[in-house]
Amino acid sequence: MFTGLLDGIFNGLSVGSVLLLAALGLAIVFGLMGVINMAHGELMMLGAYTTFVVQNGFKKLGDPWLQFYIFFAVIAAFIVAALVGLALERGVIRYLYGRPLETLLATWGVSLILQQFVRSVNWVMIIGLVLFCLLFFGGLWLLQRRLDFERIRNWGIAILLPLSVAISLVIGSILSNAYGLAVTKPWFGAQNVDVTAPKWLLGGLPLGNYQLPYTRMFIMVLTVLCVLGIYWFLNKTPWGLRIRSVTQNRNMSACLGIPTKKVDALTFALGSGLAGIAGCAVSLLGSVGPNTGQNYIVNTFMVVVVGGVGKLVGTIVGALAIGITDYIIGTGILALLFAPIPPLANFFTFFATTSMAKVMVFFLIVVFLQFRPAGLFPQKGRAVDA
Amino acid sequence: MTRQFGRRKFLLYGSATLGTSILLKACAGGTTTGTGSESPAADASPADSPAAAAGGDTIKVGILHSLSGTMAISEKSVVDSTELAIEEINKAGGLLGKQIEAVKEDGASDWPTFAEKARKLIDEDQVVVIFGCWTSASRKAVLPVFEEKNHMLFYPVQYEGQECSKNIFYTGAAPNQQIEPSVDWLLEEKGKDFYLVGSDYVFPRTANTIIKAQLEAKGGKTVGEDYLPLGSTEVTPIIAKIRSALPNGGVIYNTLNGDSNVAFFKQLQGAGLTPDRYPVMSVSIAEEEVKAIGTEFLKGHFAAWNYFMTVESPENQKYVEAFKAKFGDDRVTNDPMEAAYISVNIWKQAVEKAGEAGTPSSLEKVREAAYSQEFAAPGGPVTMNTNHHISKTVRIGEVRDDGLFEIVYETPAPVDPIPWNQFVADTKGFTCDWTRTGVDNPGKFKES
Repeated sequence: MFTGLLDGIFNGLSVGSVLLLAALGLAIVFGLMGVINMAHGELMMLGAYTTFVVQNGFKKLGDPWLQFYIFFAVIAAFIVAALVGLALERGVIRYLYGRPLETLLATWGVSLILQQFVRSVNWVMIIGLVLFCLLFFGGLWLLQRRLDFERIRNWGIAILLPLSVAISLVIGSILSNAYGLAVTKPWFGAQNVDVTAPKWLLGGLPLGNYQLPYTRMFIMVLTVLCVLGIYWFLNKTPWGLRIRSVTQNRNMSACLGIPTKKVDALTFALGSGLAGIAGCAVSLLGSVGPNTGQNYIVNTFMVVVVGGVGKLVGTIVGALAIGITDYIIGTGILALLFAPIPPLANFFTFFATTSMAKVMVFFLIVVFLQFRPAGLFPQKGRAVDA
Repeated sequence: MTRQFGRRKFLLYGSATLGTSILLKACAGGTTTGTGSESPAADASPADSPAAAAGGDTIKVGILHSLSGTMAISEKSVVDSTELAIEEINKAGGLLGKQIEAVKEDGASDWPTFAEKARKLIDEDQVVVIFGCWTSASRKAVLPVFEEKNHMLFYPVQYEGQECSKNIFYTGAAPNQQIEPSVDWLLEEKGKDFYLVGSDYVFPRTANTIIKAQLEAKGGKTVGEDYLPLGSTEVTPIIAKIRSALPNGGVIYNTLNGDSNVAFFKQLQGAGLTPDRYPVMSVSIAEEEVKAIGTEFLKGHFAAWNYFMTVESPENQKYVEAFKAKFGDDRVTNDPMEAAYISVNIWKQAVEKAGEAGTPSSLEKVREAAYSQEFAAPGGPVTMNTNHHISKTVRIGEVRDDGLFEIVYETPAPVDPIPWNQFVADTKGFTCDWTRTGVDNPGKFKES
């Protein structure tokens, strides 16, 4: 009985902690900034691929190092995802603040681009992209130094754009003809790649008849650390203070001299970086492929909506609640509890498979949102930045 | 966008966009041919070379598999094997003096896309046969297209049976050539208590219906079954249920497909369910998947197939060597790949016997010529039956350290296929024979 209970609690929490880790970044981006980021799952995927790359790098270093690659992978995943997030914010999202529908469509497009990017990325493509950026933005920068820049700006773009595209394409095709497969071979390809946890994370802690998997424990610890880190960052650091103030009242913060644009970029990068960490964690559980992120995106939005937009504590409670409910329904514990009452028992047995448990959880969430449309912990007080 | 968008600007942007897109298109076309000619695959294959195409007289065939999405992990290698078979035929002088030209389409792991691409291959490319599909869902999606056009599909993957279409040749195993022998073997060697795990779509559900009926008939016991949405990686509830249903160990019969397998085996090991007490028999994990999941998670578990890379025969040696020479030393061969190889060769023999490859609207001669074609496949001799399935040997393998399979059981002779399952009440007694006349539906009738 005791181990059964422990089993239930541990497994429910571990399902919940994966959800929480995945939703944490979204809670910041969606919750604090109000940006519906459909590319969140793809940022996770980038984190997972970073883990794969780091793992392969450490494989070359040999054994003592290989055992600890995961710590470096977590950091690298955070940095890579944060940088991509930063580029995304600077390049796309900052033009779309306050327009949720456009943001939704634009970030969805970005998510498709990122998926295809990891499928087909190769050296030629990278060289071409870098070359294009150098030529185009470098050219623009040179033009900017001319006095009559405003007048010739459009002409400049019209000439520079096709020119730099053409140059990078030509150089790309010359390179691929000269070096062949060495430069045109995709780095990852469409197939999934294999991330293996270091040896000390394989297996689990035996508890009598039962065994707690180390990877799950690792993820739970990682989740706790991330949550603590975020709390500390938001509540104890100057930048955290600025983020909170911009969230509460953007105009007033701007008046008081807070650089709101920098704060936006930082917040988005932070949320993206957390997605990267989540990607690193889920790569220990499942496979890493271009579609990895899509398995999580719906669940993470669910968590944030149930928890209440704008509150971290809501996300935490929401994730754990959804995780535990999913586990309890999916394993049929309820069916056992209601065994004396046949109709109820039958009802719960019907939902006691993994796919039907999902249906039940979705249904419960819809019902819950009918009564508490703002989630578990709604934002109180005067209207936040509209 | 508060500024006026004037006519001049419109012209400027418009012409810039147009120019760029034309340039891109031109370059894109250029790069494709460029990369095409460098890859060793295309280099060696006359099918892709302009010379063969310029000859004008080619036989067009279609290849329809997922090259992207969750199923790409498995289907890509089947495409490679199909291309190898076509290339061998072309090198040996072609078919009826013509080169075979393969048109590849990506089904993108999306079933409606499969139907759409099948229609495109038949209508636009005018192919005379299509080799393709992996999941049963994709086959069910394209089936109406093939029946409507009265066209021909070679399907290379083991499946749940309960189907016998005039327009499909099934070169993978029917349930009695994979699932049933493996259940028998497990009952004899590993235990009577079975837990069934599968992805939530047509193959695992039908396969599990068959397994349950068979277990009931032979004294085994189904202690539980569970289905995971395709692509889902949260397997904690399933593992907890397996543990409570089989506290002292038992057999897990796994019909999961795609990415879920990785999560399942990784977490199975994490939870301490080891192969000595919880042997897993899989029907969708072959050499290629072992490599992707990681040998350390799979060692000691079992798989049932008709072919393993470790089969010892001169045909297999030749096939494996040819494959490695073309696609690289680190590549492995597996059952669906072998079935794809068989498909192309059986079709080739049928075309030779018919004396023509047919046109998309008249394939009757080729179809009839295919019956009772024999081929010395890498996995042993196979025969195409009039029920559109092939007789083949059944094997069970155990994963070894190097990621290949140790063959632990093998049927002494090829097993004849039974598409309509005899354990399931609905289809008991039905057979399929497309040469039969005088019955309403030669695809499903009762011998009276």
